[in-house]
This record gives sequence, C-alpha cells and structure tokens, in this order.
Amino acid sequence: MKSLMVSAAVVTAMAVVVPPASARPAPPAGPAQERGDSAGNSTLLKPPETGEQVYRQVCQACHMADGKGGTGAATIPALAGNPRLASPAYPIMLVVRGRGAMPSLTDLLGPPQIAAVATYVRTHFGNSYTAPVTVEEVKPFLPARK
Amino acid sequence: MQAGAGKTTRRELLTAIGMMGGTFALYQAMTTMGHAAETQFAGPPNLKGARPGASVIVLGAGLAGMLAAFELRKAGYKVRILEYQARAGGRNWSLYGGDTYTELGGATQKVGFAPGNYLNPGPWRIPHHHRTLLHYCKQFGVALEPFIQFNHNAFVHHADAFGGRPVHFREAAADFEGGVAELLGKAIDQKALDQEIKAEDKEMLLEALRGWGMLDQDMKYARNLRSAEHRGYERPPGGGVNGAPIPSNIFDFHDVLASQVWKNMAFFMNHEMQTTMFQPVGGMGMIGKAFARQVEPLITHNAKVTKIFQDRSGVKVTYKDTSTGAVSDAHADFCVCTIPLGVLNQIDKNLSPKLQAAIQAVPYSNSVKIGLEMRRRFWEEDYSIYGGHSFTSQDISLISYPNNHLFGDGPAVLLGAFASGLGGYRLAGMTPEQRIETALAQGSIFHPDSYRKEFMNGASVAWNRVPWTLGCCARWNEDTRKEHYQTLVAVDDRVVLAGEHASYVGCWMEGALLSSIDAITRLHARALEA
Ligand SMILES: Cc1cc2nc3c(=O)[nH]c(=O)nc-3n(C[C@H](O)[C@H](O)[C@H](O)COP(=O)(O)OP(=O)(O)OC[C@H]3O[C@@H](n4cnc5c(N)ncnc54)[C@H](O)[C@@H]3O)c2cc1C
Repeated sequence: MKSLMVSAAVVTAMAVVVPPASARPAPPAGPAQERGDSAGNSTLLKPPETGEQVYRQVCQACHMADGKGGTGAATIPALAGNPRLASPAYPIMLVVRGRGAMPSLTDLLGPPQIAAVATYVRTHFGNSYTAPVTVEEVKPFLPARK
Repeated sequence: MQAGAGKTTRRELLTAIGMMGGTFALYQAMTTMGHAAETQFAGPPNLKGARPGASVIVLGAGLAGMLAAFELRKAGYKVRILEYQARAGGRNWSLYGGDTYTELGGATQKVGFAPGNYLNPGPWRIPHHHRTLLHYCKQFGVALEPFIQFNHNAFVHHADAFGGRPVHFREAAADFEGGVAELLGKAIDQKALDQEIKAEDKEMLLEALRGWGMLDQDMKYARNLRSAEHRGYERPPGGGVNGAPIPSNIFDFHDVLASQVWKNMAFFMNHEMQTTMFQPVGGMGMIGKAFARQVEPLITHNAKVTKIFQDRSGVKVTYKDTSTGAVSDAHADFCVCTIPLGVLNQIDKNLSPKLQAAIQAVPYSNSVKIGLEMRRRFWEEDYSIYGGHSFTSQDISLISYPNNHLFGDGPAVLLGAFASGLGGYRLAGMTPEQRIETALAQGSIFHPDSYRKEFMNGASVAWNRVPWTLGCCARWNEDTRKEHYQTLVAVDDRVVLAGEHASYVGCWMEGALLSSIDAITRLHARALEA
C-alpha cells in the first residue's frame, strides 16, 4: 500500500473544485497541467451523470465495455469479478487519485458522479455489492480546498 | 534596428564576445540582446571512449531508445535494444492501407486506405524550432514538407454561437479583433484609461487600434471595405463591369465571443504551434523507419520486458518473447529505459524507492485520432480549404485536412478527430465502427453535402487502448514536477530513464530526443567513473 500513500501525498496538494454547470468557468483549480500537442480549442460536452453513463463515457475507454480490462505490454485491471470492489473505498480512491497511467478524474467527475459510478461497478460485471455508495463516502477522499 | 555604416554590427559584436568568452558567453549575449533561445539542442552529443567491452541495454525502440542506441554504439558501447512490438518507432507511427492494428480489448482493424494514404495516430506536426529532431531527420535522410498549421479559410464551430453554424476562422477572428479594438478605442475616448496610459502612448495606441482592428475614421468597426479586407467580401473584387467589391456583414459581437474563437487564435500563438511547421513526406512514421535503419540489427523485437534487476555486477533484464512465450535474461553493464511510465510502473524492478515513487506519480493523458478516407478532395474543390484545421465544440474537437498532394485526384485521408478529455474518453470507449460513425456524424457539420457521400473507409487509434503505452503522453503538473522530476531523470546506479516523459518538452518527439541525449551523456560519465 506504500504506493498509494505516495500518490495520496501528491494529491492532497491539489485543490479540486467542480464548478456548477451554470457558473462562469473559473481558471482550472489545482496545479497547472502541462499540455503538449493538443487540439487547440474548447469543447462543449454534456457531462455524464448516472453511474452507467459515467462508466460508458469515461471508464469504458480503458476498462472495456465488459469490464474485463486488457493486457499488452502492461495490464488494465479487470473490474469484472474483482473482489477488491467489496470495499467502496477502493473505486472511490482510484477515481479521485488515479494510479500509475490512470489519472485522477476529478476534473471530469464531481462527487455525485463518483458515487454513482462506484455504485455502478460494484453492482455490475459479476459484482454484487448492493449497498449504494454515497456522496458522504466520497467526500473524505477529496483533497481539502486550498 | 539597422546597423548603420561605421557602427559595429550585432554580428561583429557577437563574434568578438564569442572569441573572448567562449560559447557560453556568446549564448548569454545572444539571449540578452533579444534573440530568445529557441532550443536547448547544442548539436549531437559526440560521446567517445567507452571502456572496452562495456555494454548498454536499451529498453524500447521509440525515438528516445533508438537515438540512445545510435549514439552509444558510436561511443564504443556494445548495445542491444529490447522492443515489445514487431515494429520500431514507438509512438512515431503511421498506418497505411494493408496494415492491421489490434487494440487492447481485442478489436482489430484492417486499414483500407489507398496506396500512399495514411493516418498519423500520434505525432503529426513538427515545430521549426525542434532542432534536435530536424537535425536527425536531415542526418538520417527523412524528407520533410510543410505542415499547413494555420488556415484562415477553415471553419470554427461552437454549438452556442451563430445558431450552431460553422463560420470561417477569418471572419470570426477579424470580428473579434475589430470588436475589441472598437471597445478599447471607446474606453480611451471616454478617458477611462487616462490613469493607465501616457498622452503620447494614447495616440499611438489609437492609431494601432484603427490599423489592427480595421476601424473606420470614426473608430467604428463596421460593414465596409476596410473590415472586408480582413473578414472577406460579400462580393469579392473582380474584373470588368462588376469588378467592384461589396463588403460583408459583420457578426454580432455576442456570437463572436460565444464562439470562443479567441481560444483558436491563442492556440496559434503558442510557441510550439507557430508556423513554420513540418511533416515527413509519406507519413510521420518515416522518422521511426529512418532511425530504425541505423540501429535495426541491434533490436530484438516482440520482447516484452517483465523484470529489471540491477546489482553491483550489472543489470539483468528479463523478457518474454511474445510470439513463442519463451522467457530469457539479457545482461549488460548499464541500462537506458525508455518504456512509458504507465507500463514501466507495472514491471517488476529493484530501482530506488524514490524513483519507483516518481514512476508511479505521473499519469497519462488520453487522445483519439480517426482517419477518414474520402473519394475526392471536396474541401479543396468545393471549399478552397488547403490543409489546416476546422475546430468544433463536439467530441471530435477538430477535423484536419491533408497537407500533401494538394489538388490531387483520387482518394485522400482527412483527420476526422483529434479528441482528448471527455470527448477522447467517449470515443475511446466505442468500437472502431462506432467511432467512425460518430466522426462522420460530427464532422458533417462542416461539409454536410459531401462528408458521408464521399466517405470510403476509416481507421482509428484510441491511445488509452494502445497496448504498449496505455495512454497518450505523460501528464506532469506543477506539483509532480517539483516532487518527482529530478528523481525521475537522475541516474539510478546503472539505470537511467529517457523518453518524452523525462523532459520539459512533454508530448513532443523533441522532448524524447533531448531527454535521450541528456540521459546518455550522464550515463556515459557514470560508466567512465565505474
Ligand atoms: C496523439 C499524439 C499526438 C502527438 N503529436 C505530436 C506531434 O504532433 N509532434 C511531436 O513532436 N510529438 C507528438 N507526440 C508525442 C510523441 O509521439 C512522443 O513524444 C514521442 O514519440 C515519444 O518517444 P519515446 O521514445 O519517448 O516513447 P515511445 O515512442 O512510446 O517508445 C517507447 C517504446 O517502448 C516500447 N515498450 C513499451 N513497453 C515495453 C516493454 N514492456 N518491453 C519492451 N518494450 C516496451 C514501446 O513499444 C515503444 O516502442 C504526440 C503523441 C501522441 C500520442
């Protein structure tokens, strides 16, 4: 678990703010991200809301439609039949903090969406941890605002 | 400033400084005289004098790995490269007709492009100041041609502006500048800026606003032949009876702001995005191929590195042959590891705990590119668009027109998406067929009559699912730079990391090369100490 503590240290330094949809866009919170080659414009995309929408529109990019992940030079872990999902803290922590190649997704997802997608993966793909994950359970993982 | 007769020219002065103080003084003098330094490249490393028999194992045959191998062999090392793929080049890659590509999850695409057509799934443009890359392109015989970065006649589309219709970049940009100039002029006129600006500067600024913003005598930005010079005409100038031009209507300033065209304008001003830009003739992958021609005999392909172990006697790398399943060990005195961090993070290794932490701390960005082969160049023939990008607020983010074979007959491939963030995740999560369908649906906003009609076939690469990177590029931020960067680039006894992730030119080929040169220079010094 040492590895997780290390990334936690990095993440507590970041302030994560999810702006209300209507508000004027604030300058991005947290440490300035570097960019590299990029498209050079702004997109206006309706963010996913339900657990299923978040899974299909974000998580599925890596973890696959069937939750089975994949293996090449390295492995994208399967969420299907994954006993670690027994603890709600596990998916919450990964979505909030990221790990390895997986980035923190708090710039795309607010606490309600994180709770919803944690509930979704814990009740699908052969997992049956039926207690819904709540926003209250997500909050302790969010870094304090600066 | 002009050097008058009898005065010392800048060049003479620099030569004198160079003779007195050496190249570093010259470099400093150049930068203080206002020539911003454009690169840290000081020429190839010219390493010499490796201890007889000393060996280096290089992990990964991307540009960083192949350059390390090339220069270290020249310095006298015995070099070997282990590469996971059957192909050298790494992210430097082009897909051509006949190629097959299998992404994580198992979806396989057979690319159907006509001969000569290609998709660059990763890198596609080279800034003129990426001198390391340009140097080796020349040395290794890679022909370059212009990459058409900036096209005033391409489109800008934003769902919240102009009733969702795309407009020409030229019109929106001209109206943004005109509108801003007029407003600033008014503020000056109403003495709102008297505290901020001296009287003599006020006059100069007013003149600038008039000239830059195409304002009329009354300092208005209006429908007239002046604004038309920037934004275009309703009836362009011609010959004979109807030769006189008719100006065009200017847009409502609200729409101009809502279109966020300023983002595209600012994008083109990024140092990395400024013209002149280049691309290799025949596809970006030509660079990887040219590097590979230099070092191919050193490469073991289909070698999946699974373990990196160093001790006082050397480095032992364990790898699995992905075609036979056979597991072997390779031994060397030193190791240059260019494996992308997300992959390296999962490899069993006994590097220092701080370095392990650094490797783990850097996530990867996402990106999806989609190539669409069209029966004819309708963007050129029907729209007078030759290269450049049309931007949209939809998931695909932009479409980009080919820069080569302009005016050609027959099929051509345009870039149907360069998506990142949420749009990139959404497209990556789709099947290849769904991605093409989405790209056609969204790209049709620009060319509704022709887009689907002329479409023949397509190919896509979602970087989240690329088996050998698990992402697009290393994503550093202020905090991770502070905490981990120096550790990540430091030589860890016998191992040094290199690659775009070990540079401040992240997600550029130049970064991979500059990192490689710096890493092997330090490793060589370490090897001579040993
Ligand atoms: C979408 C996109 C757009 C980009 N646009 C541009 C651009 O326009 N201009 C530009 O200059 N740059 C651009 N870049 C960045 C550029 O591609 C990279 O900076 C550069 O190619 C990285 O080179 P590298 O040698 O560091 O890594 P790579 O090229 O990734 O090389 C790493 C190698 O390691 C191999 N490997 C991985 N795992 C293992 C293992 N376990 N065992 C053995 N081998 C392994 C991989 O197969 C690969 O060949 C872009 C990148 C992307 C993804």
